[in-house]
Amino acid sequence: MARAIPQRRRWLLTVVAWAVGLVIFFPILWTVLTSFKSEGEAIASPPHFLFFHWTLENYAEVQQRSNYLLHVTNSVVISLGSTVIALVIGVPAAWAAAFAPARRTKDLLMWMLSTKMMPPVGVLVPIYLLFRDWGLLDTVTGLTALMMLVNLPIVVWMLYTYFREIPADILEAARMDGAPLFSEIVHVLAPMALPGIASTMLLNIILAWNEAFWTLNLTAANAAPLSAFIASYSSPEGLFWAKLSAASTMAIAPILILGWFSQRQLVRGLTFGAVK
Amino acid sequence: MATLHTRSTARVMLAPSVAMLVLWMAVPLAMTLYFSFIHYNLLTPGPKSFAGFSNYYFFLTDPAFATALVNTLIIVGGTLLITVSGGIALALLLDQPVFGQGIVRILVISPFFVLPTVAALVWKNMLMNPVYGVFAQIARGLGFAPLDWFARVPLLSVTIIVAWEWLPFATLILLTALQSLSEEQKEAAEMDGAKWPSYFLHIVLPHLARAITVVILIETIFLLSVFAEILVTTNGGPGVATTNIAFLVYAQALLQFDVGGASAGGIIAVILANIVAVFLMRMIGRNLEA
Repeated sequence: MARAIPQRRRWLLTVVAWAVGLVIFFPILWTVLTSFKSEGEAIASPPHFLFFHWTLENYAEVQQRSNYLLHVTNSVVISLGSTVIALVIGVPAAWAAAFAPARRTKDLLMWMLSTKMMPPVGVLVPIYLLFRDWGLLDTVTGLTALMMLVNLPIVVWMLYTYFREIPADILEAARMDGAPLFSEIVHVLAPMALPGIASTMLLNIILAWNEAFWTLNLTAANAAPLSAFIASYSSPEGLFWAKLSAASTMAIAPILILGWFSQRQLVRGLTFGAVK
Repeated sequence: MATLHTRSTARVMLAPSVAMLVLWMAVPLAMTLYFSFIHYNLLTPGPKSFAGFSNYYFFLTDPAFATALVNTLIIVGGTLLITVSGGIALALLLDQPVFGQGIVRILVISPFFVLPTVAALVWKNMLMNPVYGVFAQIARGLGFAPLDWFARVPLLSVTIIVAWEWLPFATLILLTALQSLSEEQKEAAEMDGAKWPSYFLHIVLPHLARAITVVILIETIFLLSVFAEILVTTNGGPGVATTNIAFLVYAQALLQFDVGGASAGGIIAVILANIVAVFLMRMIGRNLEA
């Protein structure tokens, strides 16, 4: 800190910042707290904040009443699977665009991005009918493939913005030294490219996990990931707040923690390099 | 083999991505366009006949369309208003040296990582419930009559939930932009004895202009398609009070099985989104040159 900040002003700002932060975070905090209450205490008036009888019964019951583990597995398989496949397809594309740009490369990248701006309802009808005819409705396979396609433009773009920052001279130098392609990849490229690939992977897992248009429209009991499963609590079950909270807490916890590590990547990935 | 930068290799490397995206976008979109010009309802089997523009005509003259269009604009506009102004305020606050800055930042950005369906249900039930919800409890504690959010102001309720989800996005991007404002600029302004309002108006705001535009454009693209939050809270109702264009197309397709009508609606949604996309693409393209 170059400038001297008066101590009193700093404390005042601290109080304000924490108050605002806690207000914004409150719905999440409240969900976590409620998940440890009994149903009776969840609707107590006035609400019990911390001093209630803490219990784990909701977590046990959520699993008993529904096949919760199945939906967790679906979420993991779909988000991880779609991201890995998108990387396998997207890394070479981004690589070629960054290091061997042709006259049309830029237009091609822009076109890829434009597919991301298409509202999903624009293709809802044909995708639904194709999925129905191909027997892909409510299958993990179908949704993984779809999620891969939905996120592929972001993967290629984000990788491209990372790869573009790798100095091409280094590659040339390695080649001059007569390094074979394989060792060029392992010793020179990989160490420089991996952070970007890891960031891309992280952001896309988060996006795929939280996707809630296609999952709600194309899945039912079998292939529903958590985003669609939680929707089943919108009917009368939603009245059981403690159970809703327990199911919600388990559904958001892993991605929330991943998200805390991905703040920077989020900006880069979602602005397509327009803000750095 | 070491010459990776040959044109043909590059083409081979790009081909799978391009092919997939062509299949994924162009083909279904062409199908939507085709369906939008035929009479096609899943409930009435038989030959599909050419419909001309009648699907468009019925979709556009349906009173629900006008409502849905207005609702879409209110959700987009309301959310933008809250997230951009709130985002600027939060970015300025988080840019200050406070104790536990990292933790406050985590608290503020967390809503972005919450599943949309979870966010919507938690807000609807545990916060906005007129009897046991936290807001109602607070209102009663202060001596006011609690508000029945989803019965009285359903569209506002949906907008608030969506805004809560997107506030972190705006904050994070504006904060990133704000942090690139150099210390020298800040110090220079301070030495000139610039008062805070003029410092904000003449230095901070112009510096953020570009980031604000990006936030507005990107959020608009996503907000035009708000769906899950509506489905799990109001199902578009009461009546069509919270139905937006995306939800209207969904209802037409998967509840009324009117493939032709829904496709016409889908094409209209695409056109609406493209109006915004053109501006966004231009900005990104300009950045690519730099």
